[in-house]
Amino acid sequence: MIYSEKVMDHFANPRNVGEIPDADGVGEVGNAKCGDIMKMYLKIDGGIITDVKFKTFGCGAAVATSSMATELIKGKPIEEALKLTNKAVIEALDGLPAAKLHCSVLAEQAMKSAIADYYRRQGVDPTPIVGEFSEHCEACGLD
Amino acid sequence: MEKRFVYADNAATTRVSDRALAAAMPYFQECYGNASSIYSLGMNAARAVMKARQQVADAIGAKVGEIYFTSGGSEADNWAIKCAAEAGAKKGKKHIITTVFEHHAVLHTCEYLAKNGFEVTYIPVDEFGMVNPTDIENAIREDTCLVSCMFANNEIGTIQPIAEIGAICKSKKVLFHTDAVQAIGNVEIDVAKMNIDLLSLSGHKIHAPKGIGAMYMRNGINLVNLIHGGAQERTKRAGTENVPGIVALGEAITAACENIPEKQAKVSKMRDRLISELLKIEKTRLNGDAHKRLMGNVNISFRGIEGESLLLSLDLEGISASSGSACTSGSLDPSHVLLAIGLPHETAHGSLRLTINEDTTDEDIDYILEKVPVVVERLRAMSPLWERIKSDDV
Repeated sequence: MIYSEKVMDHFANPRNVGEIPDADGVGEVGNAKCGDIMKMYLKIDGGIITDVKFKTFGCGAAVATSSMATELIKGKPIEEALKLTNKAVIEALDGLPAAKLHCSVLAEQAMKSAIADYYRRQGVDPTPIVGEFSEHCEACGLD
Repeated sequence: MEKRFVYADNAATTRVSDRALAAAMPYFQECYGNASSIYSLGMNAARAVMKARQQVADAIGAKVGEIYFTSGGSEADNWAIKCAAEAGAKKGKKHIITTVFEHHAVLHTCEYLAKNGFEVTYIPVDEFGMVNPTDIENAIREDTCLVSCMFANNEIGTIQPIAEIGAICKSKKVLFHTDAVQAIGNVEIDVAKMNIDLLSLSGHKIHAPKGIGAMYMRNGINLVNLIHGGAQERTKRAGTENVPGIVALGEAITAACENIPEKQAKVSKMRDRLISELLKIEKTRLNGDAHKRLMGNVNISFRGIEGESLLLSLDLEGISASSGSACTSGSLDPSHVLLAIGLPHETAHGSLRLTINEDTTDEDIDYILEKVPVVVERLRAMSPLWERIKSDDV
């Protein structure tokens, strides 16, 4: 199995690692049993994601996709962030090994979960905006 | 400490030794004849194969005629199990006993047989990674044709009571196979005294090249071929001999078995230092029995982190190691060995296997002990699971 240089760079020097104590939205997806948990913190101001941090328990691909996803949504309006797909994250990382493709889904889910949390805190039903998404690791099918 | 390269994955494969390489070199370009040929170039190759066969036999207390060269441990496992099953089936015996924590070369072969009319009993192991011989004795039935139990486990290094299991199989008149790939050169093996009927071994775990191994088959047991073709290996295993590999294996196995007590003293001391120091890191556990384990095997779980990230981080520091996490097992489940000893998935994902050998130095151990805690701390600091483990504690 070979990781691209970009994956290794984002693994060795992950961007935006940490927490935001006064975050406007927090999302956590995955579970310990399947070996991947991703937690994302968002600071949102006027519909713009002004800051984003993450914490990840998982493999190299999970860390690198979390890192890349945060880079891609930082400073972006929510609507634009919501258009981010796992495919775009993979492309930005110059690809992932086939066995690791499922890890990238978690980054997209974590972001959606954090945005949904933001709307819920605002008293807004997130489903029409964020859409349906799973908070579990789809590859493992575990709760 | 200055950055170094520390290879701590000798259970995966080893560096070819100078001695094995030097022995093999003439058989590439000088004495390159086919060992089946009648001219001297061929006969010289045949003599080298004969010598190596004797070396392998001597290393495990076998007779020279009981050794068959194969492409490696997996082929030997397949041969022993499939062909013992075939022999059993002819007598109406279609039951096989093995253990839950065998190498996949054994497990997947048994699964294949189970799909083809055989019944397989998987003996559990205890929390320390040990097989209880009584469990095997109780599982033997009238229609049992084979017991296969590994000599030492490849992940957690536990050394099994092979002589006891051998005695049970002998008294019950059941064939006994052991996968000794990890045990060779670590533990004294005597197939006669231990009542072993079939044994698999591999060259590349003991400083011979990859692609060579051997099966021991006790005289009087006449399993059919796995590989059909020419008359090599006394008609039992076809294919032109891998002469340089065979010669290297002969030399490597002699070297591996000539000084086991000295190696044991040196390597187990380093192993124990690694274990006791790494266990000082909080929320950490040793996997596998602390004493009945291979001299170079360390297997530790760090809660709250995932194994592949740990390996990649250690590699960035120059340390090569392995893990039983799902991400490194090529499947979505963590190691079947770690699950077999009762580890929760989460703890199995955070395992680290360090396998050192006689070439490892005290400085290498110092280096590992300097780097692992730093890497563990960094990964825990970014792990939401660690956050939870810590807060559950309060």
